[in-house]
Amino acid sequence: MKTVNQHAWWFVVPVLLLVAFNALVPLMTVVNYSVQETFGNNVFFWSGLRWFEDVMTSPRFHAALGRQLLFTGLILLIEVPLGVAVALAMPRSGPWVSVCLVLMALPLLIPWNVVGAMWNIFALPDIGLLGYALNNWLGIDYNYTQNPLAAWFTIVLMDVWHWTSLVVLLAYAGLVSIPDAYYQAAKIDGAGPWAVFRYIQLPKMKRVLTIAVLLRFMDSFNIYTEVSVLTGGGPGNSTTLLSIDLVKIALGQFDLGRAAAMSLIYFLITLLVSWIFYTVMTRDEPE
Amino acid sequence: MKLRAIAVILYILFLMLPIYWLVIMSFKTTNEILGGFSPWPQVWTTASYRTIFTDPTWYSGYINSISYVTINTVISVVAALPAAYAFSRYRFVGDKHLFFWLFTNRMAPAAVFALPFLQLYYAIGLFDTHLGVALAHCLFNIPLAVWILEGFMSGVPKELDETAYVDGYSFPRFFATIFIPNIKAGIGVAAFFCFMFSWVEMLLSKTLTSVQAKPIAAVMTRTASTSGYELGLLAAAGVLTIIPGAIVIWFVRNYIAKGFALGRV
Repeated sequence: MKTVNQHAWWFVVPVLLLVAFNALVPLMTVVNYSVQETFGNNVFFWSGLRWFEDVMTSPRFHAALGRQLLFTGLILLIEVPLGVAVALAMPRSGPWVSVCLVLMALPLLIPWNVVGAMWNIFALPDIGLLGYALNNWLGIDYNYTQNPLAAWFTIVLMDVWHWTSLVVLLAYAGLVSIPDAYYQAAKIDGAGPWAVFRYIQLPKMKRVLTIAVLLRFMDSFNIYTEVSVLTGGGPGNSTTLLSIDLVKIALGQFDLGRAAAMSLIYFLITLLVSWIFYTVMTRDEPE
Repeated sequence: MKLRAIAVILYILFLMLPIYWLVIMSFKTTNEILGGFSPWPQVWTTASYRTIFTDPTWYSGYINSISYVTINTVISVVAALPAAYAFSRYRFVGDKHLFFWLFTNRMAPAAVFALPFLQLYYAIGLFDTHLGVALAHCLFNIPLAVWILEGFMSGVPKELDETAYVDGYSFPRFFATIFIPNIKAGIGVAAFFCFMFSWVEMLLSKTLTSVQAKPIAAVMTRTASTSGYELGLLAAAGVLTIIPGAIVIWFVRNYIAKGFALGRV
């Protein structure tokens, strides 16, 4: 279908230059730091793969990675089914569609540290609506600044609030693209709602859901700003996810070699898992 | 049918509650906020908003954010247009690898790049400038714009290009006068997503600025930590950061869903 045309490369050059400038130079800086050691004064020594071994065997990294995997797992388990359910419940046409879509998209357009600050106040036990309601109306002892479980509940709820709408928008886009004839055929065959979902809606949503899962995986795995503003990684280290730990090491302790090695391992894990997701979810798609 | 409507309404209610809390807090006095729980302001005040609109450190943050977001959107879409055209119409050596590589940049944790970015932009003299932040945000916005535009362009039949050449159009003239009007919706959607991701990103924009180009949301957290707990001001600034997004989304409401559906990974 597409014609082979090597001159098309010229069209890609501006994009290539802009992205490469932003991606390659910082990446090389990180690689550079990751194999060197410094005692200050801008004097660097070659240290081989020591930093990588250090990070890979450090309990602190394992703990942060564990928390990160737990967080991302919870996010995917909650947001994807919830988003699909809301999309299924939405009207297919009519004046309310626009209103729903605009209201739902609102959390997506709030700067990430504002999201953190907002939830920080919203969940305060004495003056925030959520915290006050849980403590005084439902009688649950809830304080996210002191109780790790409450802190986890708050960061997960915040992320569900922030990003579920993205899954809704994507799933909804997949749903409205299904022609009416499919539903009529299902009706004639006497298919129930579950069969319609399983054999018509789900397969038709597959491509957009692949995008949704990939985006939600990448963004929740890389989350920094929101959680950092909301809990600062606390109480203790209970909500110190990978990015938060990384920034603590790089900017807090100024341990550049270790931070750089950790960055590369982190990036590789993201790439690898994204690739696995992508391969598994598009496995039986014809080329 | 009723049950579905209730489910959607409940979900939207859940989304609106934290926003409601932020909005009513911006109309309370700081004393009232800290004094205890009240579901709406006892005394309505617009003092917080007045402070923001009269104090240059506040409103310049607002102008800074809008400046770099606009520059970034323009750069991203203009650079992505020819690239997306190449990907949608031609095959060339390394096209698939290039497309995938562009996407790996969307996966890089911003925290990984924060420090090297600071050094790079400092070295080339773009630290604390609008252009600097706009260029840095190209890292994740250009791949996104290429992806969305490519989807829309592939929806335009190739016959359009061929007919134009037969009619004697040169490529630039065809691209500007025939092709671009045909993918207007796609350009709108791509611009919207670039605007959105540049507007909400904070780690890089905060790292790359100090005074001259500081984004509003960063001014907000700085003020929160330096001048005690000015919660009313903080809330008002937060509300103001929601408004541009809300306006933009209203304009593209009919295309938001479509924009994602047409893209490919």
